[in-house]
Amino acid sequence: MIRILYVWQLPVRLTHWINAICVVVLSVTGIYIGHPFISAGATADFLMGWTRFIHYSFAYLFTFSVLARVIWFVIGNEWASWRMFFPWKSRKGRKNALDFFRYYTFTGSRIPYEVGHNALASMAYAAIFTLFIVQIVSGFALYGQYAPGGFWDSILGPVVTLVGNQTLRLTHHLVMWLLAGFVINHIYSAWLMDMKEMNGTMSSIFGGYKYIDQEEL
Amino acid sequence: MKEEQSSETVVLSEDILQRWEARGVSRRDFIKFCTGVTATLALPISFIPKVAEAIEDNRVPVIWMEFQGCTGDSEALLRANQPTVAEIILDRLSIEYHETIMAAAGHLAEESKHQAMETYRGKYIAVVEGSIPAGDGGVYCTVAGESALNIVRKVCGNAAATIAVGNCATFGGIPAAAPNPTGAISVQKAVPGATVLNLPGCPLNTDNLTATIVHFLTFGKLPATDRLGRPLFAYGKRIHDNCERRSHFDAGQYAEAFGDEGHRKGFCLYKLGCKGPETFHNCPTIRYNEGTSWPVMAGHGCIGCAEPGFWDTMSPFYRRLPQVPGFGVEVTADQLGVGLAVGTAVAFGAHGVVSAFRKGHAFKSDKLVQKDKEE
Repeated sequence: MIRILYVWQLPVRLTHWINAICVVVLSVTGIYIGHPFISAGATADFLMGWTRFIHYSFAYLFTFSVLARVIWFVIGNEWASWRMFFPWKSRKGRKNALDFFRYYTFTGSRIPYEVGHNALASMAYAAIFTLFIVQIVSGFALYGQYAPGGFWDSILGPVVTLVGNQTLRLTHHLVMWLLAGFVINHIYSAWLMDMKEMNGTMSSIFGGYKYIDQEEL
Repeated sequence: MKEEQSSETVVLSEDILQRWEARGVSRRDFIKFCTGVTATLALPISFIPKVAEAIEDNRVPVIWMEFQGCTGDSEALLRANQPTVAEIILDRLSIEYHETIMAAAGHLAEESKHQAMETYRGKYIAVVEGSIPAGDGGVYCTVAGESALNIVRKVCGNAAATIAVGNCATFGGIPAAAPNPTGAISVQKAVPGATVLNLPGCPLNTDNLTATIVHFLTFGKLPATDRLGRPLFAYGKRIHDNCERRSHFDAGQYAEAFGDEGHRKGFCLYKLGCKGPETFHNCPTIRYNEGTSWPVMAGHGCIGCAEPGFWDTMSPFYRRLPQVPGFGVEVTADQLGVGLAVGTAVAFGAHGVVSAFRKGHAFKSDKLVQKDKEE
């Protein structure tokens, strides 16, 4: 018997799409800041200035969005909970992760059926949220240098001293590319599971509903 | 001298001005010096008479030591071609011991150092130029049979304060760059208990040293510092944020190569690897060699010489980012990133093609769908 389940609550969907937009905008503006591929014609232009303004504005938006999602890890429903990040702690989770890995590598044919994120995806998201934090910390630490003694410098300045200014910049660049790789993987996997699971994975991130057959669980 | 000091009327004592004239420094030069140093220290101009009095009445003995360095900081100190106030203060009035410029040599030189240490115990300022090799018991640099490590511990340990000048003394500099064969360390690491003020730069800017000593004379203490022990008056702002080419950066106008049109027009040197956005120093405001010029003004990007480990961390000097560890010199982070993104897309694309033709579902619901299709 197939039931329609409300899986992704509004904050989950909202932060998902804000994050998605932010990752795209921050990546494009970030690439320009790192390597200004368009040159301005006149000194009166403000190309880099506006690009940096957009980058920092979306950085704040992204930070608040990630923070909101982190709060929802605690107060959200069971599929939004932080508990999903540790599937390897339960026997079922370990089995599901292995089955999924085997499905992806063409060594097994069974897709473990789950309502929320599958075990392998959950682990990937744990890594992605770690990378989000790395980007936020490294980004605001670098940003804070414009005002020594200011808010960001006071709380994140020691990170620059500890890691090193240039290493921090390199990290900020490399993590951006890792996130770009993730976005490709994420869209592909969503499409694949939409096709193979046939439970409305793709539309669920817009509306929040999935078609779940309880007997399959 | 007038008691009230408003921002309009700052009066220097006639006696002081006449005494400096007797030393061969014109009143104009002296007033310029006092004003300049007060501005460098970011003090209000009402402090100008206090500065003038402080450098008149007080005299701080200085012991200048050099270890693993190129004497570039001493050269910076001696760069003036005519006696200026700064030179008189630093060189003729206070410096008790300085191997490069002192007349004495050998035992006599050693004698004068020991004498200064004894006479001014706990009162003198130790200035250190060059890094201290700590490897193999400090055998790589010895003066008069004693290792640099022992000397620096002894001299800095008995000083009122220590000023480390140049990147070598402050952060290890070029001698400490990988693979650091002599185990070179900074003064702060060599003498952990001492009060050390760091004045990095390659070389340091003598104006900052003069200002530091004037601060010490005026207030009896070293100026406030940042996280790395550098005085805030000189290292409190990024080069990038005070740069004369900053408007070109914000506009989006960059020199793409040395000698190209943008470079000739004075555009921003960001794409030529300028490390101004990574470096804290007051170069754009005080410049070098009596305010003549500084690297970015001369058309070369900053190499970050006031930052820790600049030889390793700021290189390649003509690129924005360091190379990715484990990859060749020619591979940049962004080339690697594009490769990663394209590789991911190709891999998942291929996976998708295979998956599209794949059979073997285990769900009951799938079978229902199959049934529907058949019907």
